[in-house]
Amino acid sequence: MTEHILRMSGITKTFPGVKALQDVNLAVRRGEIHAICGENGAGKSTLMKVLSGVYPHGQYDGEITFEGRRCEFGGIRDSEHAGIVIIHQELALCPQLSIAENIYLGNERAARGVIDWNRTNYEAGELLKRVGLRENPTTTVSDIGVGKQQLVEIAKALSKEVKLLILDEPTAALNDEDSAHLLDLLRGLRDEGITCVIISHKLNEVIAIADSVTILRDGQTIETLDMAVDGVTEDRIISGMVGRALDNRFPPRTPAIGEEAFRIEDWTVYSPSQPGRKVVDGASLTLRRGEIVGLAGLMGAGRTELAMSVFGRTYGVHISGSIFKDGRPIEIRTVQDAIKHGVAYATEDRKRYGLNLIEDIKRNISAAWLKGLSRRGWVNEYEEYRVAQQFRASMNIKAPSVDSVVGKLSGGNQQKVVLSKWILTEPDVLILDEPTRGIDVGAKYEIYTIINRLAEQGKAVLVISSELPELLGLCDRIYTLSEGRVTGEVPREEATQERLMYFMTKGQE
Amino acid sequence: MTGITGLLDRRRTVPQKYIPVLVTAGLFVAMFVAGGIRYENFATGQIILNVFIDNAFLLVVAVGMTFVILTGGIDLSVGSVVALATMLSASLLKDGWPAFAVMALVLVIGAVLGLAMGAIIHYFEIQPFIVTLAGMFLARGLCYTISTESIPIDNPTFTDIAQTRINFGGDLSVTPSALIAVAVVLIAAYVLHYTRLGRNVYATGGSEQSALLMGLPVARTKIAVYTISGFCSALGGLLFAFYSLSGYGLSAVGMELDAIAAVVIGGTLLTGGSGFLLGTVLGVLVLGLIQTIISFEGTLSSWWTKIFIGLLLFVFILLQRVFSGGSRRRAP
Repeated sequence: MTEHILRMSGITKTFPGVKALQDVNLAVRRGEIHAICGENGAGKSTLMKVLSGVYPHGQYDGEITFEGRRCEFGGIRDSEHAGIVIIHQELALCPQLSIAENIYLGNERAARGVIDWNRTNYEAGELLKRVGLRENPTTTVSDIGVGKQQLVEIAKALSKEVKLLILDEPTAALNDEDSAHLLDLLRGLRDEGITCVIISHKLNEVIAIADSVTILRDGQTIETLDMAVDGVTEDRIISGMVGRALDNRFPPRTPAIGEEAFRIEDWTVYSPSQPGRKVVDGASLTLRRGEIVGLAGLMGAGRTELAMSVFGRTYGVHISGSIFKDGRPIEIRTVQDAIKHGVAYATEDRKRYGLNLIEDIKRNISAAWLKGLSRRGWVNEYEEYRVAQQFRASMNIKAPSVDSVVGKLSGGNQQKVVLSKWILTEPDVLILDEPTRGIDVGAKYEIYTIINRLAEQGKAVLVISSELPELLGLCDRIYTLSEGRVTGEVPREEATQERLMYFMTKGQE
Repeated sequence: MTGITGLLDRRRTVPQKYIPVLVTAGLFVAMFVAGGIRYENFATGQIILNVFIDNAFLLVVAVGMTFVILTGGIDLSVGSVVALATMLSASLLKDGWPAFAVMALVLVIGAVLGLAMGAIIHYFEIQPFIVTLAGMFLARGLCYTISTESIPIDNPTFTDIAQTRINFGGDLSVTPSALIAVAVVLIAAYVLHYTRLGRNVYATGGSEQSALLMGLPVARTKIAVYTISGFCSALGGLLFAFYSLSGYGLSAVGMELDAIAAVVIGGTLLTGGSGFLLGTVLGVLVLGLIQTIISFEGTLSSWWTKIFIGLLLFVFILLQRVFSGGSRRRAP
């Protein structure tokens, strides 16, 4: 039981100017699921990159012992050869290739340099069965969802005869159903004798699946807990991660709800890619001043589609329905219209749709409100700088200056830039799509505080989130969406995860 | 992981985006000094002014190209539009049109051509490469419908402009064309750095999808940059006509590539979103100085110009890789 398949001891990894890891120790028992928890920047991914040879031997100090042998990996090939496979948060699949091609990429089933496609597809099919993915191996990867792509990654790892499987945030992009399936699969793999290391922000999953957990903070090992022995709870892990007991994950707030601010009626949107498919079907929502309203739904329920179609028709075709602002009907045909009417939308994918990553903070903040910062086409750069400075202070954006490039900030700080950008447009209605995705616990609290502040100022806020506890902790009222239809509206007092889940899965038989 | 990128931020902050421009500036100075040491009569102000005079048209064309490349696009039609502009000017002048009417018409035609290409690129969502390639063939072909021969220009206004020298005192003098080019550069730099259009250009190049969701007028911006490029090409064509006093369908072959080279050597990212107009000016100056040095050398064939440009391009592309993409890939 106490045999360790992997021991990393005294790992120190320095980047120019900073110590990303300092004397980190990690011991993983054979055949267990070992979780690594820590805030963003705690060094989890760096540690896994040291282990998998992304940072080759010699670039770090310390010792790695795998299967009783000292390892000095010169690259990913070496670590994979030893039986360590890492699956990164951003999946590394070629979207245009088939599932089978992806599984055997770099490891082709070939005889004398000629690929044996029958064998490739057959063996891929066997692997897909093992991971419980019912897809044809010849299906193109871009045609299957993220959840299934994750399974393809695991199948790929299995094809390499993996002994230690490392998953970096495997469920970050998955809905609850796919997550549950993935966790089941990991349990199955454990029973087959494959050791798993899983990095996750979702502590409920960690509790549910892990046998032990190692907590990192600021590049150092804080502790390793044995789930069975120590009786670990989420709060216990969080206090280890942040270094203090986090009594309340949500800032307190006394709602002061006013008049109706924004109403959508009978909103219907058709998919641009699949003609005739309704992604939003007759949805109606009301937001009031000073109110934080949640929008819950499983992946594919049409939450983002609803938000984006409302926000200047940036998604969907044949959009019908009406929008009322302060009781009066308005037309929002473009993003400019939306901004003009005081509607803002912060996207769920801030890196792709929310920010210009190669530009600095101040220009990102000013981008949506250049009109207000310029006269006859000329931008007032002093004003722009002043405004950006103001936001850096009020939103607590941690960066050396407002000239820092946004792409290099942490997720939480990037999100604060996105929010600053929209707050600058002085909106009355804010739609925040997954505002805390990929953000660590401490920064989440800050984002919640900002959202509360916005509501206090009398703005109406719609929060879209996949994390039910977040909606329960934050919102005054929660709508549920299922298959594009609004299936429920639950006030804060009556809201429980079970009740929401009931509505979210309604009509999906 | 975000923490590490955040830490990298501390290592090298703002100056990073200026590095390519500084390198190009350093290269220019080094070439000038080296030329001055090696050749007599090289290290004079007039040498630099001559570079401006001989490359005024390229400079103007490269300015338009900078706008396009900053949005992440490319404009292959510029060389052909230059040729078309010289041909149109020459033939219309031969028909007795007044000089200023000809200039105005040529500029309008260039801008409209750019506008059309920009509209096709945006509304039909076709890669700029292929649309401007089509534009390149079209404009080049139109030249030959006017004439397959070279048409001389003897219009007094044009010859006056060609022969005028503006003296700065001492032995320094420039042509009006060079001044026009400098004026274009100044206006363009001002537009790029101080106007909303300029901001929209950078934002579109940085992330078109984000720009859309920020409510920026991406459509207008993209069409505008191709219009600007078309206008600059036509203006470049006029300057070329002043310079050569003729119109010829085979002139400015491959100039689009010189312009792209100048922009890239000037440090503008081919993927868009990052770069400076000053860099483009330095890029053109470096290209011009290479030619000058080779002509001073005397024994080298002019093809050595191309060889040096080729080598320089390699160096600068690698440089861009190191400073932008390369580090991003290694760090997280």
